[in-house]
Amino acid sequence: MANCRTYWHNGRTGTTGITGLTKNMEEISFSSQLLQYAITGVTIGSIYAMVAIGFNIIYNVTEAINFAQGEFVMLGGLVMVFLRVAVNIPVIFSLPLTIMLVTMVGILLDRLAIKPLSKPSVLAMVIATIGASFFIRGAAMMLWGKNPFDLPPFSGRNPISFLGAVVQPQGLWVVGFLLVVVVVLTLFFDRTILGKALRACAVNPSASSLVGINVKHMVLVSFALSAAIGALGGIVITPISLMEYDRGAMLAVKGFSACVLGGIGSFPGAVTGGLLIGLIESLGAGLVSSGYKDVFALLLLLFVLFVRPSGLLGNAEVSKIRKF
Amino acid sequence: MKANRSVGKGAVCLLAAVVLATFILIPVVQVSAAEAYKVGAVFSVTGRASFLGDPEKKTAVMLQEEINKKGGINGHPLELVIYDDEGDSTKCALAVRKLISRDKVCAIIGPSLSGLSLAVLPEAEKHKIPLVSCAASYKIVTKNPETGEQWKWVFKTPQSDSMAAEAIYTHMKKHGISKIAILSVTTGFGASGRSELLRLAPQFGMTIVADEKYGPKDTDMTAQLTKIKGLAPQAIVNWSIGPTQVVVVRNWKELAMTNATLYQSHGFGSRKNIELAAGAAEGVYCPLGACNIAEVLPAAHLQKKVTMEYLKAYKAKYNEAVSSFGGHAWDALALVTKALGAVGSDKAKIRDYLENLKGFVGQHGVFNFSPKDHNGLTKEAFQMVVVKNGDWALTD
Repeated sequence: MANCRTYWHNGRTGTTGITGLTKNMEEISFSSQLLQYAITGVTIGSIYAMVAIGFNIIYNVTEAINFAQGEFVMLGGLVMVFLRVAVNIPVIFSLPLTIMLVTMVGILLDRLAIKPLSKPSVLAMVIATIGASFFIRGAAMMLWGKNPFDLPPFSGRNPISFLGAVVQPQGLWVVGFLLVVVVVLTLFFDRTILGKALRACAVNPSASSLVGINVKHMVLVSFALSAAIGALGGIVITPISLMEYDRGAMLAVKGFSACVLGGIGSFPGAVTGGLLIGLIESLGAGLVSSGYKDVFALLLLLFVLFVRPSGLLGNAEVSKIRKF
Repeated sequence: MKANRSVGKGAVCLLAAVVLATFILIPVVQVSAAEAYKVGAVFSVTGRASFLGDPEKKTAVMLQEEINKKGGINGHPLELVIYDDEGDSTKCALAVRKLISRDKVCAIIGPSLSGLSLAVLPEAEKHKIPLVSCAASYKIVTKNPETGEQWKWVFKTPQSDSMAAEAIYTHMKKHGISKIAILSVTTGFGASGRSELLRLAPQFGMTIVADEKYGPKDTDMTAQLTKIKGLAPQAIVNWSIGPTQVVVVRNWKELAMTNATLYQSHGFGSRKNIELAAGAAEGVYCPLGACNIAEVLPAAHLQKKVTMEYLKAYKAKYNEAVSSFGGHAWDALALVTKALGAVGSDKAKIRDYLENLKGFVGQHGVFNFSPKDHNGLTKEAFQMVVVKNGDWALTD
């Protein structure tokens, strides 16, 4: 027994015999466990929040849901793997390059699938994005195959211990990038002409075009922007969860739930919704039952929709005049 | 006038005779040029289970080429009709019906998934056609779990989940482990493994302190593992396939849970998984079939030759590593080929031959079929291996 354990727990010394094993067992207190659930929840929730923000940007301008949003996330991860691992470009260059490439895909999506629509109703746009999502997924399968890919984390794999819980360095990057996205988007929508024009389209497209805003251009900008944010989400999550061609759909479902929970169209709502869903999943899995963790998030979503159909932070007045 | 008429009659008779003769002769000519043996295959080549179907299809195609290059089966070329079910049970059922009624194959290999195999086995039974499944669940071959009665026309090549669970528990018992936690993915594969682990636990004196689950596309299992860490088991058994099993290994390493030995199911059997785990898989145990560990098998091992040949040929043709799943397809097609060579393309004879086949050395074990066992393998078809220096190493 003592013999075999030395190679089982490779590199660990100081344990002799079975009693030694039990004494040295790393213990974890309940409060550390709670903290660990919270850390995990916030990390995953940040990704959901990024996907939800992407949904919101396009929704605000077009009132349509972009079903290819999850595909942007998947592309972000896989393009980054290609540039970082296959071409071996350092993160500092490959990250912006990946975002640019996926943004191009977003622009193409608008030019090839959305703009040619002769009667751009919400339903037509939604169906166009569903078609595009199948196409992008199929193309990714052709290009990358079906196996999952790994991306080296930005700053090593050594976890950081924190009050008995562990934090993956990549988790900090995920949360950090969410903060960057929130700050940059806030500045963009509040301080720049382009951002204000996008907001104007969100409020009233026909009035916007009357004051000289090209609504079609704004739709293009919204697709480019949400592709960029989706790509960033994919890039930062891949070192944690790996990435394969068909993962986008699941992330899109979670992101959409976050979006609806927080109030569709609201950016603070998207962040709140994303983090809440992440936390509930993680706490539910840890404290109640891991088999039903998705149920808890969906129950909360249903409950919120019963009480406040416009979502947690959505504007009830606005949601009444929305088409969708 | 009379003579004329009889000449006309003669001409008509002659014409009829020629036409008849051609009708009768043409098939005869075809047979003498060795009619191809048609074998059907249904794999999940694309879709959610493509990691199973893709190597299975590649293996089957490779094996078919090898057989035909050597002159076929007793002079008959082997014709393989492969359909992709995309992991969808409706498409799978359609493909099987198409193989039976339109392609008129004499045997079917596949499907890749247990759920789909269960869905199509009534078709095989109804049309009396041998079906050699490449999916693991024991339910595929067992008609009545109480009496152990087997489905008449259905066989399968992969080891049952219960054998993997037995192999893991036997190893644990030998190393004094009795307090364990179970992690499983909420797919058919995970659920089947989980139920076998729970069922067999009392027999091996295992106490299960946690029974956690996660979804097949989940991004992180830290929450489940944190809960397990709080319960301090001696070992964790994880039962899943695809990227999640790699994420579990990484989370286990990050949470510094090396005091709880991690056992993976046989689904972990690809070097790609060790690679993807990026160093975190060191010290992880799993039960594997011989085909996963051909290089580390001792030279005297019964399966050494057949597994090494497959490994080299596959690597040369596709430039990728073999996986367990390709091995299951190899076993299935090689079994059918052997039966065709021995008894020809008669469906009932193929079935009877397979049912009584003994000592067939395949990729995943030495098959000994019997009317009571349409899988033909025991838990000895699994070797316990440990990940050491980024590769598999045999362990006792």
